[in-house]
Amino acid sequence: MMGGEKMKRDLVIIGGGPAGLAAAIEAKKNGIDDILILERDKRLGGILQQCIHNGFGLHIFKEQLTGPEYAQRFIDEVEKLKIEYKLDTMVLHLSENKHIAALNPKDGIVEIDAKAVILAMGCRERTRGALNIPGSRPAGVFTAGAAQRFVNMEGYMVGKKVVILGSGDIGLIMARRMTLEGAEVKMVVELMPYSTGLKRNIVQCLEDFDIPLLFSHTVVKIHGRERVEGVTIAAVDENRRPIEGTEQYVECDTLLLSVGLIPENELSREANIKLNPVTSGAYVNELMETSVDGIFACGNVVHVHDLVDYVTEESYLAGYGASKYIKGEYVKDETGFNTKAGFGIRYVVPNRINPKNVKDRVNFYMRVNDVYHNVDLVVRDGDRIVYKVRRNHVSPGEMENVKLSKDVLEKVEGSELIFALEEVAK
Amino acid sequence: MYDVAVIGAGIVGTSIARELSRYDLNVVVIEKSSDVANGSTKANSGIVHAGYDAKEGTLKAKFNVLGSEMYEGICRELDVPYKRNGSLVLAFNDEDLRHIEMLYKRGLTNGVRELEIIDKNKVLSLEPNVQDNVVGALYAKTGAIVSPFELAIALAENANQNGVEFMFSAEVVKVYKEKDIFTIETSQGIVKSRYLVNAAGIFADDINDMLGGEKFRIIPRRGEYCLFDKAVGGIVTRTIFQTPTNKGKGILVSPTVHGNLFVGPNAVEMERKDDVSTTKEGLDEVLRGGSRSVKGINPRDIITSFTGIRATPDTGDFVINVPTKNAVNAAGIESPGLTASVAIAPYVVSLLEEQGLKLIKKGSFIATRQNTKLFINMSEDEKREVLSKNPTYGRIICRCEHITEGDIISAIRRPLGAKSVDGVKRRVRAGMGRCQGGFCMPRVVEILARELNIPLTEVKKSDEGSFILTGKTK
Repeated sequence: MMGGEKMKRDLVIIGGGPAGLAAAIEAKKNGIDDILILERDKRLGGILQQCIHNGFGLHIFKEQLTGPEYAQRFIDEVEKLKIEYKLDTMVLHLSENKHIAALNPKDGIVEIDAKAVILAMGCRERTRGALNIPGSRPAGVFTAGAAQRFVNMEGYMVGKKVVILGSGDIGLIMARRMTLEGAEVKMVVELMPYSTGLKRNIVQCLEDFDIPLLFSHTVVKIHGRERVEGVTIAAVDENRRPIEGTEQYVECDTLLLSVGLIPENELSREANIKLNPVTSGAYVNELMETSVDGIFACGNVVHVHDLVDYVTEESYLAGYGASKYIKGEYVKDETGFNTKAGFGIRYVVPNRINPKNVKDRVNFYMRVNDVYHNVDLVVRDGDRIVYKVRRNHVSPGEMENVKLSKDVLEKVEGSELIFALEEVAK
Repeated sequence: MYDVAVIGAGIVGTSIARELSRYDLNVVVIEKSSDVANGSTKANSGIVHAGYDAKEGTLKAKFNVLGSEMYEGICRELDVPYKRNGSLVLAFNDEDLRHIEMLYKRGLTNGVRELEIIDKNKVLSLEPNVQDNVVGALYAKTGAIVSPFELAIALAENANQNGVEFMFSAEVVKVYKEKDIFTIETSQGIVKSRYLVNAAGIFADDINDMLGGEKFRIIPRRGEYCLFDKAVGGIVTRTIFQTPTNKGKGILVSPTVHGNLFVGPNAVEMERKDDVSTTKEGLDEVLRGGSRSVKGINPRDIITSFTGIRATPDTGDFVINVPTKNAVNAAGIESPGLTASVAIAPYVVSLLEEQGLKLIKKGSFIATRQNTKLFINMSEDEKREVLSKNPTYGRIICRCEHITEGDIISAIRRPLGAKSVDGVKRRVRAGMGRCQGGFCMPRVVEILARELNIPLTEVKKSDEGSFILTGKTK
């Protein structure tokens, strides 16, 4: 039976990482039995499988787990609930009317018509090309995640003298990992005047190992013909442009890039789903439904999260939403309001709320656009303050979240709920 | 003992090798790098020039027009992507207009067909994203695009299929002639041959010196490029040139045969021949230049940038001559060299014949070469068929370009197959997409190690020294 398999399913979930697994579990618990998870890797768990450090699960399980341990809890539950999945399966096409074409070595081409779809494809790393770093093109330039795969999954080292560009979390984690494996991590270079990673990772992965972190610096040239021989770094001005005369040559054989993640929305584009240019992910509503009827999205494919715990929470909601949709219990009317990012806030997810569909509450996730101290994070419905919290320190590297209950949301009168920072003293 | 040794496996060397493989001859190609097309051939604009640009009476003009006429047929024979998309040379002022008028006349003299001067409205109706201050253009309908390294790989495979041997990682260190026999000392040992062809690209002047030919120098000139995501590959459908200056044809904006967009090249003379690095100034210059012609070029859409080196001869024209008896130079083949190479090849062979090389056509010569069809390009029936025989075609390795494990294995197993990550990339595009190998590179390394039966640590990105892994973890 090679190729040509055609099927109809109630719910198809694209991606078997933390987002897809949580969404599947919640949909099943809400009465949907006919579920299929499509995972492109050889096992479930997604990128967590290569994140062998701990620190996962503090919010959800109140304990510290490694990535594979965190994933395993969900994989075990998927098995227990007898949720079907296909591994080694890549979705090639997704249409607006929820027709899916997927491919794997066992079944060949599989075509599926789904009642509902949940997008949980995650994100990919920005590359050297996207940064357009000048210089030669030798071996030894890796994204931090590709290096992590080699080190943690295959058991091979990617270099001996390492410079890391970008203080994203994967880069910080890899600084520690490479050091523990005997490599010399010379420095982490960060373009911004602040870190884009979690504070705890800076302490545990850099400071504890005396690895220097240079803010407001970048790599301006890569050297080496066959293999990296060094990089030139330079300080940057407030417009992030290299300052002439500050160039410094650093000898190394490896450059790791941890310069940001991009939600993987190729399939979403194909299905004509409206994407938010700020997050590069889909616009979603109170049940994580996208602009296309019956297609939901959750996790890093919507916006890049800092903690997997938040991915799980958001994905439970998408699973719940899809179950409501399939069961026909989902109210679609004009009631509700949009959310808007005001001063100091880069984006808010979800983007539209119809309080009628909210179960108990909505967790709004957002990122600030700069480092601020002693600010009020304020949510306003017109002039009325709906919610306000004092924050000593906020940073773009750490996601903020605000929980608003159903009854609070039902009282919103305006067409917009605005999330902003106030009383700002930078 | 070989009848002919060809030094260099770029587009010129592989074209000549394939031409020689028509005859009953023992031919060897000696290549410094570990793969075909690893020099200027892998990093150029990929344009089949119509032929209005080269000055009347030059070898450049002659072989450009001849080559342009031959290209479509050769690409069809060898199953290489080629697209006659046409090209425009834009004029933005009166001076430019006079210049394209001159190019038009020159094109006619050179024998270029289907040339036309068009006005602003016509330009903008053909290419709405050209800048509004355009005043007219020279439109060459015979301009085309091709994948240069895929053509060189195809020529080499076809030559190999017809009996030509290839030596890789074999740098020529010394050449001398005794009793009409060339002794070629390479880093892989000594080769003896009765005839010799110098197609050594940017190093062709060094080989010419070894042969004692009349002096010329290759002045390496860097050209930097930015390659853009397929999402913006349709900004223009034709190749957009600017009015040339004495430094070159200006910055081009063009689609590629695979649907990406590129902008480049600039032209910077260099001191070293092997420096293929890009520079901030160069990339900025390229982007500024591209934006002078076309709207909507956004650095956010760049997926990679690279440098190519032109083999510019100090003679002003291609150097195709006899440096010493029984040898032929095919040197200084800068732009329009990609176009000209396919026409240069039979001419070089005729020069060898003039010096006594006996050309007897082989009945066994196979003119066509079929590339392995990528899974993504197969029809639904072909897909089902291949999947039923070979499940590895059901495993996507490169997510961006949808390249399967079966595609990659086939690229490795083909004659003169891929031996490195870059070799796989150039044959089947794994790693050519927007994530630039971020996801698939570790998988490609695994497949190469398995197929070549070598440890993972032996897998290279490209040439010797370009190792990817440094050892096992603790």
